[in-house]
Amino acid sequence: MTDAIAATQGKAALSGDARTRRRHAAERRFRMMGLLAVALGVLALVGLLFSILSSGLSSFRQTYVTMDIYLDPGILDKAGNRNPEDLAKVTTFGYAPLIKNSLAKAMNDKGFNSQLEAGPAAELVSAEAPAILRRYVLNNPDQIGETVEFNLLASGRIDGYYKGRVTMASAELDRNISPEQLQLADELKEAGILTTRFNWDFLTAPDASDTRPEAAGVGVAILGSAYMMLIVLALSLPIGVAASIYLEEFAPQNWFTDLIEVNIANLAAVPSIVFGILGLAAFINFAGLPQSAPIVGGLVLALMTLPTIIIATRAALKAVPPSIRSAALGVGASKMQAIFHHVVPLAMPGILTGTIIGLAQALGETAPLLLIGMVAFVRDYPAAPPEGFFDPASALPVQVYNWTQRGDPAFVERASGAIIVLLVFLLLMNLIAIILRRRFERRW
Amino acid sequence: MSVGSIVLVVLVLAVVGYVLGRRRALSTSAATGTRLHSLPGYYGQTVALFVAVPALLVLAAWLFAQPILIENRVRGMIPDSVIPEGGARSLVMADVRNIAGGLDAVLRRDALNEDALVNGNLDFSNVRVRLADVGVALGSDVPREVFDAAVTYRQSAKYGSIGMTVVVLAIALALGAWSLMRIKPKLRARNVSENFIQALLIASSTIAILTTVGIIFSLVFETANFFRMYPASEFFFSTVWNPQFRGGSDLGIIPLLWGTLYVSFVALLVAVPIGLMIAIYLADYAGSRLRSFAKPAIEILAGIPTIVYGLFALITVGPFLRDWIAQPMGLGNSSSSVLTAGLVMGVMIIPFVSSLSDDIINAVPQAMRDGSFALGATQSETIKKVILPAALPGIVGAILLAASRAIGETMIVVLGAGAAARLDLNPFEAMTTITVKIVSQLTGDTEFASPETLVAFALGLTLFVFTLALNVLALYIVRKYREQYE
Repeated sequence: MTDAIAATQGKAALSGDARTRRRHAAERRFRMMGLLAVALGVLALVGLLFSILSSGLSSFRQTYVTMDIYLDPGILDKAGNRNPEDLAKVTTFGYAPLIKNSLAKAMNDKGFNSQLEAGPAAELVSAEAPAILRRYVLNNPDQIGETVEFNLLASGRIDGYYKGRVTMASAELDRNISPEQLQLADELKEAGILTTRFNWDFLTAPDASDTRPEAAGVGVAILGSAYMMLIVLALSLPIGVAASIYLEEFAPQNWFTDLIEVNIANLAAVPSIVFGILGLAAFINFAGLPQSAPIVGGLVLALMTLPTIIIATRAALKAVPPSIRSAALGVGASKMQAIFHHVVPLAMPGILTGTIIGLAQALGETAPLLLIGMVAFVRDYPAAPPEGFFDPASALPVQVYNWTQRGDPAFVERASGAIIVLLVFLLLMNLIAIILRRRFERRW
Repeated sequence: MSVGSIVLVVLVLAVVGYVLGRRRALSTSAATGTRLHSLPGYYGQTVALFVAVPALLVLAAWLFAQPILIENRVRGMIPDSVIPEGGARSLVMADVRNIAGGLDAVLRRDALNEDALVNGNLDFSNVRVRLADVGVALGSDVPREVFDAAVTYRQSAKYGSIGMTVVVLAIALALGAWSLMRIKPKLRARNVSENFIQALLIASSTIAILTTVGIIFSLVFETANFFRMYPASEFFFSTVWNPQFRGGSDLGIIPLLWGTLYVSFVALLVAVPIGLMIAIYLADYAGSRLRSFAKPAIEILAGIPTIVYGLFALITVGPFLRDWIAQPMGLGNSSSSVLTAGLVMGVMIIPFVSSLSDDIINAVPQAMRDGSFALGATQSETIKKVILPAALPGIVGAILLAASRAIGETMIVVLGAGAAARLDLNPFEAMTTITVKIVSQLTGDTEFASPETLVAFALGLTLFVFTLALNVLALYIVRKYREQYE
């Protein structure tokens, strides 16, 4: 009897009976499922980043038309006195013929014999170009009568043609572009009039209207986001650190402290859009602060960031060993001195790391900003702070949302480009946080 | 003086106060031959604190209160007769504010002086044209009363800011002088300034309470307004959501609630198995090399802003599902759908589930694993039969936390789920959620008089209560569970 058991057991230990094999197979399957889950998670990250990068990177390159434009005094300055007020009376419509004529001349010089009239040919140049020209002339009235070389934006469709968004087939159906115009663009490209190069304007230019995706940039949005981050930092860092010091070091155990603790835990989990409702009702409707202003966005985001900073700061304070406090108290420091002279400096790397992570969250937050009117179309740069905090501005994530709501598919590229800018900022902030942690964090 | 320069002046005064206070402490101590109670810096610190803190607090309070007071005063000046048919007083107030803002520019441009404005002998005839010249566009000609209100508005704002400058600087100087005068070597300056600072610390920590009070107050107040205009029973039980601009809207929450729960359910269906398996694999199977790579990679998912996920849903996942699955199977033609939003949101909450479950699985005592192994169980049997049952309450808590995230999530559903309020089972149809409707009812021109706008507050309150309840429950379960093994 015992021999029989020993025999089967010995067999199981070496090769395994059916049941053991089944169990081991189940083990392998379970393992594979785990590995699959990890792979899916990593794959999701890769897919997300790939999708954004592949559709957004092209927004950093832009097609330009380079040509010499004769600034005709007969059109721009009929009075001939270079008086700025008279010059300003010529609207952008007055400038359009200059571009048309110059392009026709450039094509003539290069010996093109396109079937296209000068009018459709000029549509290759962005509708924004006359405005650029006008701005230049108003700033440099002495250049009137001269021939100046300009780098003008090509129209969004032409730009899309070189980025694969527009094809000959799609141009057939498009009212805004024809296959002939695309052929002409190819010829111009060969002649070196049309070039594609890095697009700094995307980072500095303000938003542009629905029909001019080629001119849209994230300049105002970056500035607005930067203003808001300044406000968030100035408000939530001192308040958050002060609150954590009180709760961690001074607060007695009573109902009031409990109330604060419960509040902080719950605020950390309140959906961000509810903070937007608070901002709308309290700051705009009740306190009368202006809509779309960075100050309101900053206040709302500061309230949202506060719990993050408080939680991180408390963890950092808790990590400082009590012996430091005891030693300071032992040599006669007051409690306040022990904390401010010894504990807080030691906890500083942790506090700053938490703050940067909180700021990074605030930078990417969109929903509350929609409610306080940051979706407005803003073309003017806000003034320098502190007055600029009250000017209308946009913000990077809201700009992305804004562009996704527009018809022209070129704005999808712009939105992805803006996301890349946003992600680069987030990456930088997180890198700083990691470096801070690596260099200064002490293990006790 | 602008707010920025007032703040700057107060701060400079505080620095001056510090220097003076310190010097005065040292000199009185030298003159009388008594030792100072505290280090000399603390005497300076008391002066600086008394100069800066009350003055800045008064400044903040003034900035908050002034617009409200002026608004109320001017609002009373507008007679009902000038409020256009079907318009609201707040629209007229917007005109008043615009005109008041434009008047400065008009005055500067036309080199007019204040007297003309105040005495009312300004040429009123072409006000609209002149305001338009300086960039203030008005919808229609303004009645005399509105213009007068604007002049008063501007005047009060001006006197208000002069008053603010005077009061704030007076407080700073008076308190500074008082605290400077009371410096004597015997003064317990360190205790004074430490008590002051402790009061500041307490005040900072009450901000959290104030925020919650603010949220609840603003939600409840406007929701009450809404229910005065629209019956609560209709809101909670009607199955039709159909807002109209001209009134007569149907504002039933049920289709929105259905969409919210459906999207969140799909999201959890994605996130819970994947997140849980990731947590198990990384905790019990993975080698240190894989873990050091995979754990941060998955945590990056939690740090990516939701607008990025929204765009991903809009440009990649939505069209993919439509072109490869929904259309071939004849299930729908919409690129925004419950499945799009749910899948992407699921990816977003994977890290919440995985890192919370990771903590919880690691909290299961090692002795339980060892016991199971000793009985001959394989690793997966140990996990399935011992660890998961032991960790179940904690995992349920983690799932509830993730669910509350999913319900409150906005940008992914705004860009991925669509805007049509619909009660449907087909996951390839566009549906809408509470958060989407809050955004769409509150963006653009918000007029706080119509139920169509105010419904957003009722929706917000519902959302707040929902997520709060889930969170409280989840935290309770997690805490209870932690105690079990500690």
